[in-house]
Amino acid sequence: MTPPPDTPRPATPLLETRGLEAFYGDFQALFGIDFTVGEGETVAIIGSNGAGKSTFLKSITGLIANDKDAIRYEGGAIGSLPAHRVVRLGIAMVPEGRRLFPSLSVEENLLIGATAKRRGTWTLDSVYDLFPILKERRHNPGTALSGGQQQMVAVGRALMANPRLLLCDEISLGLAPVVIKDIYAAVPRITREGTTVVVVEQDINQAMAVADRVYCFQEGRVSLEGRPGALSREQITAAYFGM
Amino acid sequence: MDWLNAIVQGILLGGLYAMFATGLSLIFGVMRLVNIAHGDLIVLASFLALAVVEGFAMHPLVSLVVVVPAMAAFGYVLQRGMLNLTLGRDILPPLLVTFGLSVIIQNALLETFSADSQRLQAGALETASLTIADGFSIGVLPLIVFLAAIGIIWGLQTVFYRTALGRAFRATSDDATTARLMGIDNGHVFALAMAVALAVVAVAGVFLAIRTNFDPSIGPARLLFAFEAVIIGGLGNLWGTLVGGIILGVAQAIGAQINPGWQLLAGHIAFLVVLVIRPQGLFPKMQG
Repeated sequence: MTPPPDTPRPATPLLETRGLEAFYGDFQALFGIDFTVGEGETVAIIGSNGAGKSTFLKSITGLIANDKDAIRYEGGAIGSLPAHRVVRLGIAMVPEGRRLFPSLSVEENLLIGATAKRRGTWTLDSVYDLFPILKERRHNPGTALSGGQQQMVAVGRALMANPRLLLCDEISLGLAPVVIKDIYAAVPRITREGTTVVVVEQDINQAMAVADRVYCFQEGRVSLEGRPGALSREQITAAYFGM
Repeated sequence: MDWLNAIVQGILLGGLYAMFATGLSLIFGVMRLVNIAHGDLIVLASFLALAVVEGFAMHPLVSLVVVVPAMAAFGYVLQRGMLNLTLGRDILPPLLVTFGLSVIIQNALLETFSADSQRLQAGALETASLTIADGFSIGVLPLIVFLAAIGIIWGLQTVFYRTALGRAFRATSDDATTARLMGIDNGHVFALAMAVALAVVAVAGVFLAIRTNFDPSIGPARLLFAFEAVIIGGLGNLWGTLVGGIILGVAQAIGAQINPGWQLLAGHIAFLVVLVIRPQGLFPKMQG
């Protein structure tokens, strides 16, 4: 059961889910998730492994099939749309583990992000502006870069779709703290250009630092929701571990 | 001179084998589908060319204008309507379905055209030759086939590495799930790949029909040559497939020089040798 929120809900949510369920075959991974994010907000989702965070993002982007009305975006029901249609509507994901295409160069990885052909501020030039190191390495194979640089390519690739909503799945995974700071430094710039950001994060401090609101998932349910400043350590720990 | 002639014939024959193999390699590379009906599709193209040539009284090479688009369209529909449904984690469904397709094509051709051996007449082109040196000449038609094979592979490489469609092919081949996140419609991309592959099959089929006698049953043997050329050359490398075809052709030519009955065996032995010494092929670019 979702605890009552202690924050005012955004007026017209950009994305909302109501009672979202998700299954892998017979295994139920999500049990009735209620979630909203308003335009311009930055929302973080925290939780331990197996809590259902990645499953949630995959449901939104259409990699997992869901009930049509369980996910509403810009007012429309998108729950059963396939992934390649969802990105054309303006929802892009930076997938867990980066998942760059090894046969493509850095620049080609970025270019393929623009397959959806959406207009907007994000072009090759503006992405190189955001992550200058990538311009130097534009013709290298995507996987010949350091972990942090690969993460930048993955984020840039998602931006090339000029999304209204950017979903980031564990972008800090496997990276050194200094590198994580560098990448998260790009988030304010991204939101300034008009993209709403939802991050799934294992690193609680990083999540609290970047987000306007935080959700905590625990075993497929929302166990806590609120503004970072309004949540105590004890509340978070209890919600995180399901105590 | 006989040996030189034989080897050169083998090299040029390798062009035809490379043409057989290119479509197979492309399909496996993009969607990991082994098309058991590949050889029969080549023969289907040959018979389609026969029907066009007899129906419109045109030269076999001119029939390419009809046969290539027709086979490409058929490939798109075949992939989108049937083969896409077989793709998944299990390797067996595509093998079974394409095997069934092979049987259907052979029998449909048998019904329509009978088991009679056929040949497309290309007129003077069939016997024309270029004299390179004293006692040494090469056939114009084999040379055209060889050059066409090079042209086709060069064209495909250009598409793969310099166009947005090629990017989509390579990305989908790397990681079909993440490709969907980019907005790529896998079903459509796979169908386009099959359309391209069958366009190449169409060219191979027309040249096969001019070069040798053909009948509905010779498909599986072409599949075998195509397979061997791909494996010898290395998976995922179209230029490697050309080399594989040439090695196969030269091996067969040398075998035939020693003893005409050893032609096919020599080719298979060459294939087995490569498989034993270097199973990944000579110039592999990808894992299977």
